[in-house]
Formats: sequence, C-alpha cells, structure tokens
Amino acid sequence: MSTTAATRESTTVDTGEQIPALETIRRGVAVSPELREGLVGTFLLAVLATIGQVVIPIAVQQTLDRGLSGPGGEPDVRFMVEMGLMAFAAIVVTGVASYLMTSRLFTTAERGLATLRIKAFRHVHDLPVLTQNTERRGALVSRVTSDVDQVSQFLVFGGILFVVSVLQIGVATVIMLFYSWQLTLVVWICFLPLFLSLRFFQRRLSDAYATVRRQVGIMLSAISEPVVGAAVVRSYAVEERTQKRIDAAIAAHQQASTRAQGFTAFSFSLGGLSGGLANAGVLIFGIWLGFADQITAGEVIAFAFLVSLFVMPVQMGTQILTEAQNAIAGWRRVIGILETPADLVDPGADGQVLPRGPIDVEFRDVTYSYPGGPDVLHDLDMHISSGTRVAIVGETGSGKSTFAKLLTRLMDPRLGAVLLDGIDVRDIRQSSLRRSVVLVPQEGFLFDDTLRANARYGRLDASDEEILESAMQLGLADWVDGLPRGLDTRVGQRGESLSAGERQLVALLRAHLADPDLLVLDEATSAVDPNLEMRIGRALERLMHGRTSVTIAHRLSTAENADEVVVVDRGRIVQRGPHAELVAQDGVYAGLHASWVAQQGR
Amino acid sequence: MPRRTSTTRDGFAVLAVAIRREPWIFTVSTIGSVLFGALTVADAWVLGWSTQHAVLPAFDTGEVSAGVLWAVLGLFVGVAILRAVGIVARRLGAGVMQYRMQAHYRRAVTRQYLTLPMEWHQKHPTGELLSNANSDVEAAWGPIAPLPMAVGTVVMMVIAVVQMLLADLVLAMVGLLVFPAVIVANLAYQRAASPLMTRAQQLRAELSEVAHESFDGAMVVKTLGRESEETERFAAKAHELRDVSIRAGRIRAAFDPTLTALPNVGVLVVLALGVYRVLHGQSDPGNVITIAYLLTIVSFPIRSLGWLLGEFPRSVVGFDRVTAVLQATGEMQYGASRLEGTGGALLEVDHLAYAHEPDGRLLDDVTFTVTPGRTVALVGATASGKSTLTSLMTRLVDPDAGAIRVDGTDLRDLAKGELARSVAVVPQAAFLFDDTVRDNITLGADVPDEEVWAALRTAQADGFVAALPGALDARLGERGTSLSGGQRQRISLARALVRKPRLLILDDATSAVDPEVEARILGALRGGVGGGNVDDGGGDGGDSTLVVVAYRKATIGLADEVIHLADGEVVDRGSHVELLDRSPAYADLVNAYEQQPAGEAE
Repeated sequence: MSTTAATRESTTVDTGEQIPALETIRRGVAVSPELREGLVGTFLLAVLATIGQVVIPIAVQQTLDRGLSGPGGEPDVRFMVEMGLMAFAAIVVTGVASYLMTSRLFTTAERGLATLRIKAFRHVHDLPVLTQNTERRGALVSRVTSDVDQVSQFLVFGGILFVVSVLQIGVATVIMLFYSWQLTLVVWICFLPLFLSLRFFQRRLSDAYATVRRQVGIMLSAISEPVVGAAVVRSYAVEERTQKRIDAAIAAHQQASTRAQGFTAFSFSLGGLSGGLANAGVLIFGIWLGFADQITAGEVIAFAFLVSLFVMPVQMGTQILTEAQNAIAGWRRVIGILETPADLVDPGADGQVLPRGPIDVEFRDVTYSYPGGPDVLHDLDMHISSGTRVAIVGETGSGKSTFAKLLTRLMDPRLGAVLLDGIDVRDIRQSSLRRSVVLVPQEGFLFDDTLRANARYGRLDASDEEILESAMQLGLADWVDGLPRGLDTRVGQRGESLSAGERQLVALLRAHLADPDLLVLDEATSAVDPNLEMRIGRALERLMHGRTSVTIAHRLSTAENADEVVVVDRGRIVQRGPHAELVAQDGVYAGLHASWVAQQGR
Repeated sequence: MPRRTSTTRDGFAVLAVAIRREPWIFTVSTIGSVLFGALTVADAWVLGWSTQHAVLPAFDTGEVSAGVLWAVLGLFVGVAILRAVGIVARRLGAGVMQYRMQAHYRRAVTRQYLTLPMEWHQKHPTGELLSNANSDVEAAWGPIAPLPMAVGTVVMMVIAVVQMLLADLVLAMVGLLVFPAVIVANLAYQRAASPLMTRAQQLRAELSEVAHESFDGAMVVKTLGRESEETERFAAKAHELRDVSIRAGRIRAAFDPTLTALPNVGVLVVLALGVYRVLHGQSDPGNVITIAYLLTIVSFPIRSLGWLLGEFPRSVVGFDRVTAVLQATGEMQYGASRLEGTGGALLEVDHLAYAHEPDGRLLDDVTFTVTPGRTVALVGATASGKSTLTSLMTRLVDPDAGAIRVDGTDLRDLAKGELARSVAVVPQAAFLFDDTVRDNITLGADVPDEEVWAALRTAQADGFVAALPGALDARLGERGTSLSGGQRQRISLARALVRKPRLLILDDATSAVDPEVEARILGALRGGVGGGNVDDGGGDGGDSTLVVVAYRKATIGLADEVIHLADGEVVDRGSHVELLDRSPAYADLVNAYEQQPAGEAE
C-alpha cells in the first residue's frame, strides 16, 4: 500500500547531464533522423551564402577603387558595369542561398524536434509508475516543452554555421600561409590561448546551462504545485509562504541564467582580445621579418587585413559554441528521458494475446519490494479461478495495493510470476492486457473535458446511448439525469468541478465501458455515499457475472458479498475463504470484522 | 485580445516598458555597445597609425625603436581590452536586463495565480499557466538581447547618414531610399509573421496543457492502455506547432537576407547614379566613394535592427498573453474585521444559495447554526452539495445569495488570512506539497515539534511518520505520491489539527483510512480537537466547533446534531436517532451497509 520515501533514488528519470556534447548531438540525431535529411544540400547552400558574404564587399570595393577613378582619372564605365552586374548577381545568389538554407534548416529542425518531443512524451508514459510518481510534473512538462524549444535555435542558427566558420578559418589560414608562414604562426599563437581556454569555458558553460535547464524544471514545479493545490493554499492562507517559495525558484533561475550569460559574454570577449594581440603581433614580427628581408611593407599591411578575415569566423564560431551549450543542455535532458529504462517491457507483436472470457489468476511465489526497500509481499502463492469475485482485505500497509498493481502489471514482481490464464503477464502483449484487465484506482483522475469524453476514455467509440446504458446498469442513471448538462457536463481540471465521490462514479463508468474480463477495484467507491456504494456493489455483482473481479476494500460490506475473501497481513496471505467461514474462525479477519461492525452498530 | 495596431509600434512599446523598469542596466549595456562600436573604428585608426609610424619608417630606415613597438602593442591590446569590456558590458548588461525583466514578470504572474479566484483557476488549465509564466514571459523579453546592439549601432548610423548628406545631397537621398525599403520589408515581415507567432505561442500553451494533464493522469492512461491515444493527442499539437513554426521560420528566412541585401543593392544604385553624375560633372568620385562606403557601414546597423525587429512578433504576442493574466480581475475582496473570540466558534449559515453555472443550483436556501463547541454532521447522498458547502464555509467561493457568518461576522468582511486563523478544513482529496512532513503540517507556521507530533498522534499518523527515514524531516514527493491515500489523508488531518482551529471542518476526510484506524482517529477527536491535551484558546475550556461531512455511522456518531442535505437543500435536522426514526430516506442512506441485497427494490 505504501511506497516508502527511501526508494526514491533508484526510480528517478535520467538527467542526461552526463552525456558529452558531441555524443548528445549524435544521439539526438539518431532519435530524430529528419535532422539528417538534405544535410549535404543545406551545407552547400551555407557555403555558397558564406562565400557570397565575403565576395560582395570585395566586389564593391573593387568597383569603387578601380572603376570610379580609372586609368585616366575618369570612371571606367565598362569595368564598373561588369563589376556592378557581378556584384548584383552575387547579392541575389547569396540572398537566395541564405533563404533556402535557413528555410531548409527550419524545416528539418522543426520536424526533427516534433519527433523528439513526441518520442519523449510517449516514453514518459512508458516509464514505470514509480518513476512517474517520483518525478515532478512541472519538470517533466519542461522537458517536452521548453527544453525542446531551446534546441531549435541551435539547429537553425548554430550547427551548420559552426562548420562553415571552421571552414572559413581554414581558408583564411591557407591564404595567410600563402603570404607568410611565419606571420601565420604568429596569428595562430596569439589565438592559441583562446582555443585552449575554450575547452575550459565549454565545461563551465555546459555546467552553467545544465543548471539553467534544471532550474527551469524546478521553477515550473514550484509554480504548478500551488496552482494544482490552490484550494489548500487558499483555505490555509499560506499565499505569502507559497509566493516566497516560487520567488526563490524564480530567483534561482534568474541567477543561473545570469551566470551562464556572464560566461558567454566573457568567453566571447576573449575573441576580440586575441584579435588585437594578433594584429600587434603581425606588425611587430612583420617589422622583424622585414629587417631580415623576408617580407615587404606592403605584404605586412596586406597581412594585417587578412587577420580580420581570420578573426571574424573565430568570433562567430565561439559565439555559436557558447550559445550551443544552452541548446545542448536542453537536448540532454530530453534524451535523458528516452534513456531512462521503461522497465516494464511490452513484448509487442511477439507477446501473447489473452483470450476473451473470464480470466484465471495465479500468483506464483511472488515477492515484491520497492526499489531499495524491504519486501512488502513475501512468497505469495494464490490462485483465483476464473469467474470468481474475490475481496482482498487487510490493514493499512499490509500490501493490498501492491497486490493490485502487480495484478495489473503496473509493476513487475522481484521474484516469482503473476499469471493470467496461465500466461506470465510479462509475456502478454500490452494492448491485450489493457484490453482485458482494468484497474479502478481510489483517486480516479479525470481529464478537463466533458463527462462524455471521460467516459469514452474506457471505450473510445462508445455512443451516448451506450454510455447512458452503462450508467443505468451501474445504477448511476439518476445521478447523470440530475446533472444540468448531462453528458455535456464539464468536469473541470482533474475533474475538480465534481466532488471526489462523483469522480469515482465517472471512473467506474469508464471502467465498465471498457468491458474488462478482469476488473480490479482498489477502494474505488470509498468517497461515495453508502447507499449508492451498496447499489453499485450489487450492480457490479450482476455485471461481473462471467468475469473475474478482485476488490480491495476497507469496508467489509464488500467482503461480505464476495465469493471469497483473501486476508493479507504484513505481506502474506493469512486467511482465505468465504466471509461466513472466516468470521467464525479466530483470526485476523474476525478482528477486522468486529471493528467494522462496531463502527456500524449505532 | 485582437490587435489592429502595428506590431512594430507595439514591439517598441514593450521594450519601453523594459527600459523604464531597468533604465540603469539598459544605459550600461548601451554604453558598452557604443564603446564596442567606437573601438571597432579605433581599431582601423590604430592600424593606420601603426603603419604610418612603425611599419613604413621601419622598412624605410631599417630600424625601429623599442618604444614604438611597445606603443604598437599597447595601442592594439589597449583597444582590444576596452572593446572586450564593451562586449562584456553589452552582453552581460543585456542578459541581466532580460533576466531581471523575466523575473519581475514571473513574480507578477504567479502573484496573480495566487490571488485570482478558484473560478478563474477552473477555466485555466495548469499547463497554460505554466506556459504563461515560462514561454510567454521569455518571448516577451526576447528582444532585450539584441536591443543594446541595435541602439548602439543607431548612433553609428546617424553619424554615417549626416556625413552622406554633407557629401552629396542628391546621391545621399538616393542612398537613403534604403531606409524606406527596410521599413517596407519590415512591415511585410511583421504582417506575415505576427499571426503565425500568435498561433505558435498559443500552441506552445496547448502543448504544455496536454503534457501536464496527461502526465498528471499517467496512472489512468496506463491502466486503460491509452498511451497511444494520449501520444496522438500530444502529437497533433506538436505537429501543428511544427507546421506553424516552419511557416514562420520560412518567413524569417526570407527577412534576414533581404535586410542584408538592401544596403548592398543601395550601394550599387548609388554607384550607377554616381558614375552618371561624375561623367556629367555634377559630383566628384571622392563623394561617390564616401557615400558608397558609408552605405556599407550602415548595412551592419540595419542588420542588427533586423535582429531586433525579427523578435518583435513573438515578443508582442508573449507580452499580450502575460498582460491578459496580469489584467484578469475578480480577485476576492476582503474586509477589515478580525475574529477575536476564543474557544469554539459560532457558525451561522444563512439562506445560502450557490450555483456553479447559471442553470445548475448546487445549494438553495441552506440555513443552520452551529453553536460553539458543538459537533454537527452534514449527511447527504453523493452530489447533494456537501462539498460545495465546505468550499463556501472556507470561502474558496462566495455565495450567490445569503451569507455565512463566524461569530456573527460575514466571511466576506473578514481581513485577508483571518478566516484561516480560526477555521481549518480537511478536504476530501488530500493535497500534499513536495516538502518535508513537518513543513506539510506546519505550512511554515512556527510550531514546536511536540505539537506536530501531538497532531500526528490524534490523526493516527505518528506511527508511520516515525517509521519514515528522517521522520518529520522526510521529504514527501510531489503531492505526497510516496504515501498511500490513507496516509495522505492523515497528514492532511494533522495539518488542520496542529492549528487548533476554533472551527474544524472535515470533508469526508477519513474515506481512505481503514475502519480500525478511523475509529481511533474519531476517538481521539472526541477527546478534544488539537491533540486533546493543550488548549491555547484562552482557557475558557470550550472545545472547537466541529463540522463533519460523513457517510459512516461511526463518524456521524460524533455529532450532537445531524443536518441532512438532499439536492442542495436541508431536508431535515436533528439527532441521529431522531432522523433514523422519522426519515426513511436518511435511514436508507446511512444503514445501507446493513441492508442485504434481498431488500433491494430497484
């Protein structure tokens, strides 16, 4: 019944923070194969656009310098027309190439990210219940929303341009080498500290942005918690304290972002510093080389201009590299979800399909413990023959709910096996298992939609008549009729426009529509009034005819009407048999029953 | 809200808000940007100076003084350092400003969440609220990042334009045609992109809604095997967002190169016209070169303006969405009255009526009084209005007609937080915070551990809390999911008890607790609310007034008086025995567990 707090460490979602940057990109691309599509074409367009950006100023420069004041001091019209047309062509080509490149990048990036989002979302649902419960909702939401959004910027304005920048650096180096290898060496030496420090900054930045992304998750959780628990916050007037907690999360996020921005700004400014150093170095060493007659004054000055050709892509590259850290931090977190094992593996098409009709249940030497905790069920052996109605009773903490979760494969046993119709649940295809076995938990969650839509969650194609028929069979017709809007009633967030009892009614209706062969009720009518509860109980007796049902209940009225009662105590079955028999025995059940009767006997 | 005005103007208006809010940081980062711009120019000057005073003389004379070389190094490095300072000031300044604005608005938005009434919360899904506080705030202040750069370069642009006008008025006017072209391009961009951005932000919110709700209901999704349907629901939104983003991206992809190309085209036009004017003796080549050169200088500021303007559509949309939350009204009004009494409180419910929706009365003309120290049970079938009544009594909502008074004071006249000092409610569905056991009980109030333990004892929760690792310091997962339903209810009960309220309202607060434990809780409550040992109520010995919503006879047995509710009206009141005697409907309701199926009449 209880998951202890001690088990948390082992059931958390992978943060992904340990994945190295390049590995993140590799795995990210593997998850979203769209990102690879048309990459070569896009890359060529990027190169074309970059060349254009370099060529256009040069063409304009040439036109100005040589055309306007031609050989005779007069404008060389022919030359200017030729160069002008060439420059114009270059402008058009660059513009078109740049448009095509960005637009292709947007397309592949958004397509890839949609796939990533959807896969991550699906994976959250495939995670074990325990993991889902330990993770904060806000943090999970941030992973499939804002973390993914961060990646987009990088994919469009980062990845390819970074490669282009590196190429540009290479080309600039080759051109410089053509002029003077010594001075090229000087330039590289001046930039070496920057290149070396980049690694250091990358690590810092990576940490800083990982913190930022984590803080976003924490912030969203801090915001969502009091929104969900608004009633408690109001009725206990703890708005101020709650706001303080939110403010703290907001401040922590702000601080983390500012810190990351500080690193970015600082590492970016290093590029400019190295540039200045390189310029000075080129001139000073140029003069030295000049003394040795290795170079002319004109070459030194020309070289000084070349340095700017080198500095530009270096700055661009550093900028992309630093800003990429934010995207990669987000990417890691999404990939982290996908890498968290979904330990209840669906055998899929290889799995077996349960035949329709009442299900025979067997627990074979089942032992279960929550991760890191002590065993809560010990060597449980039990057989429930198909078509019987079994009630499971026991005190709080005896392991009743664990029983229900194992039966419906929300968790797998540590040892032993749970068999349905003789098949190990782990070998049953999930779709077949969910089709045949339905659990109605104590707190039936409803979606913010109409009563109809919530009922249909049990059977997607149910018509209004079928829903109403189902409600009638369960004895809920009066209740549905009493709602001013009937099936069109909106249930509100988490169903909170309804009372807890009404939410349980909807959950039951939903389960009934699902038409299961094995129905597991875990305190499913605890908030319903006794009269209605009994009516539902009797209705279920009729409806479960020819099916198997397992009911976990505190109220022994349910047990009284079951075919068989199983008494669980401290993780073991201590008694089983029909109510009348067990009451007569001197045991746990008699005690439970006595206290129940004492409560009712007034 | 629909907008008819221009996005550009609104975008500047949003920025004006930020500049007014953070004028100093804005100034610093703008100065940094201007410094950066100025020193970029200085760099060229230093190169010229060094050529003139070091390189050329050195090559001419074959010698150079160390002083000159040091000067070269000093100048370059000095300029580079100053420029680096400019970069850090600009980028860090922009970052600090951006994150401060984000934090301001996140605080403001979440404050609204905490003050807006429950009705508002029911209409706004948690996921949407998360999106407002995260993605929309982020979008609103997106343009702050490129702002200092744009402002800094505007100075550069103004200087260039003045110089152009001085050189050749006609050519300058032609060259300046670039500006209207830029404005037209921008308008076209804003018009095309704005609706898409609006849709994209809306979709981001919807995506967040689906994710939050779906993860919230993960258990239901899993037990009914609806993972694929949920994934489809999410994928539909993700795909829609993808398509809108791609369309917006394509427009952006066209806008950026257009802005880059315009000044270049301008240069070519100026050259063509310039040649004509030079040939006709209306201008000299020097002026043409000057204007063409100045135009190329202007191209950079135009691009940085483009980055700024490019962010506008998303920013304006985000700002509007955030403003909608900030301007939402309907927060509860509070009076100034205080509750000074001690001991049990007097509760008067006077002709109370409430309807959630206009066509559905939930409560009608409900009147009763509970005198201090008495215990009253509210009994009624599921959906009879009991929970609505408790939310009115704790002022989660206000009645449509009638009033609730505590000690003669209308709840609406009480000062903020005053009600919670005297009245505590234990809701049907316990809500726990992601916090320690202690903080979940004290909610930040300064309560000694002994009193916490006393409350836990009364709630029969001391046993399992003591067994948790860390006991009171054990952290409960989000919403206390590491505990069972019954354990959560007991913590929630202790939370109310520790406050020693003068009026305690239990809304079926022990439904998930098994009968034996429930019996012990009730026994302890009967012994005195608040642990039964200490009474801080001023020593007049009066017990708390107790209102219990109950189904089970054991709970009803606590009550001095029973109020029987049906369909939102009080149908009868009296002692349990009296009601059993005279009201068959009441007897049916509470005796249901004892009536055997044989008595079923339906």
